[in-house]
Amino acid sequence: MADAKDERRPAGELEATVMAALWAAGDPQTPGEVQLSLGTGLARTTVTTILTRLHDKGVVDRRRQGRGYAYFPVQDAQGLTARRMHTELDRDGDRETVLARFVAQLSPDDERVLRDLLESGEQ
Amino acid sequence: MIALLLLPLVLPFALRPMARRALQRLTPITALWLLTGSAVIAAGCTLAALGAFVLTGLLRLPLFASLGELIHPLRTSYGGLVPPAAVLSAGALTVCARTLTRWALNQSRAFRAARTQAGRGPVAGDLCVLDSPHPDAYALPGRPHRIVVTTGMLRSLDAAEREALFAHERAHNAGGHHYFLVAAELAARCHPALGPVRDAIRLAAERAADEAAATVVGDRRLIARAIARAALAGQSARSRRPDFVPGATTGPVPQRVKALLATPRVTHRTAACGLAALLIACAALSFAASATSMIDVHHRVEVAQGEAAR
Repeated sequence: MADAKDERRPAGELEATVMAALWAAGDPQTPGEVQLSLGTGLARTTVTTILTRLHDKGVVDRRRQGRGYAYFPVQDAQGLTARRMHTELDRDGDRETVLARFVAQLSPDDERVLRDLLESGEQ
Repeated sequence: MIALLLLPLVLPFALRPMARRALQRLTPITALWLLTGSAVIAAGCTLAALGAFVLTGLLRLPLFASLGELIHPLRTSYGGLVPPAAVLSAGALTVCARTLTRWALNQSRAFRAARTQAGRGPVAGDLCVLDSPHPDAYALPGRPHRIVVTTGMLRSLDAAEREALFAHERAHNAGGHHYFLVAAELAARCHPALGPVRDAIRLAAERAADEAAATVVGDRRLIARAIARAALAGQSARSRRPDFVPGATTGPVPQRVKALLATPRVTHRTAACGLAALLIACAALSFAASATSMIDVHHRVEVAQGEAAR
């Protein structure tokens, strides 16, 4: 009974529930651990699907644990923004032109920062 | 006419005791609608009455009399009281306008900042997580509606309590409570007696969200527990969110917890209907007094303009 009710909740609410569980826990959680902590009638497959979706959106990250993954929330907002920029870049077929346009539109300050980062990265 | 114009200025004082009782006798949603409606009408009629005083006073001055094309002097009852009344009203209106404008500007700035901040952090569904040790949670209206919860709050509650919290915040967004809260804040700044009415409206909104969440979750004790724990956790923090954005721990939390834990008692329908009728009557009286005075002023101006016989 609780199973059906919880499974039928809107996807957005389920994502919120799972994400909240990850943030509330201190350390990375496997889908099984998340399912247990939630105590609602969610199937483990549902939890895994939601975690994968959140991972694709870039709000959670994962590392290998045993045969599966352990998920943890992405703590740093700037990393999230950078990830979103990468997603945009990946979405377009012509990476070189996108990068060229991006660099052309950079302000002088941003250009300096990017140059310093690239040079320090190459060392 | 003067006496009639005083009525809208005095009636808001009668709303205060009614507001307190409204929450005890009426359901939260009914109380929310009635209190906000009567507060808005009372505030509007207050402004109209003040405006009428200022208008009558101004039309006594030769400059405005000629602008208004008055042939005869404007006749009013208690003629000697008009100039001081007009001056006081002008002062009150200026203060009110300044307070309202400042509040509106501050709030829109705070609201935009809150939306930007929420959008920057991790978002899953309608939940925006704010990485902060201070426990806080609130419903942020907009396109789309969001609920903002800090990591401090998420760590203070267990899974079931978190769901209860989300249900409460979603109820705020679904019910459009921010509209009521904005109206209440505006009304409170038009008349000093409407401040306590604004507090009652805030509490009504919280109670309405509590009841809606209790229906969704199906466990009143859980909602009570979640609110209580959230309130205890968030005691020290005072967040910088806009006034009209309802939070989880707004209002007198012990009262909300008590209402949730109490078994729903048999409402005395006559008392509830009586109170509702009284609130409506108050607002209607305010409106009628203002409208009659406006018509009276209009008629007197027409007489003074020579366009109508006395």
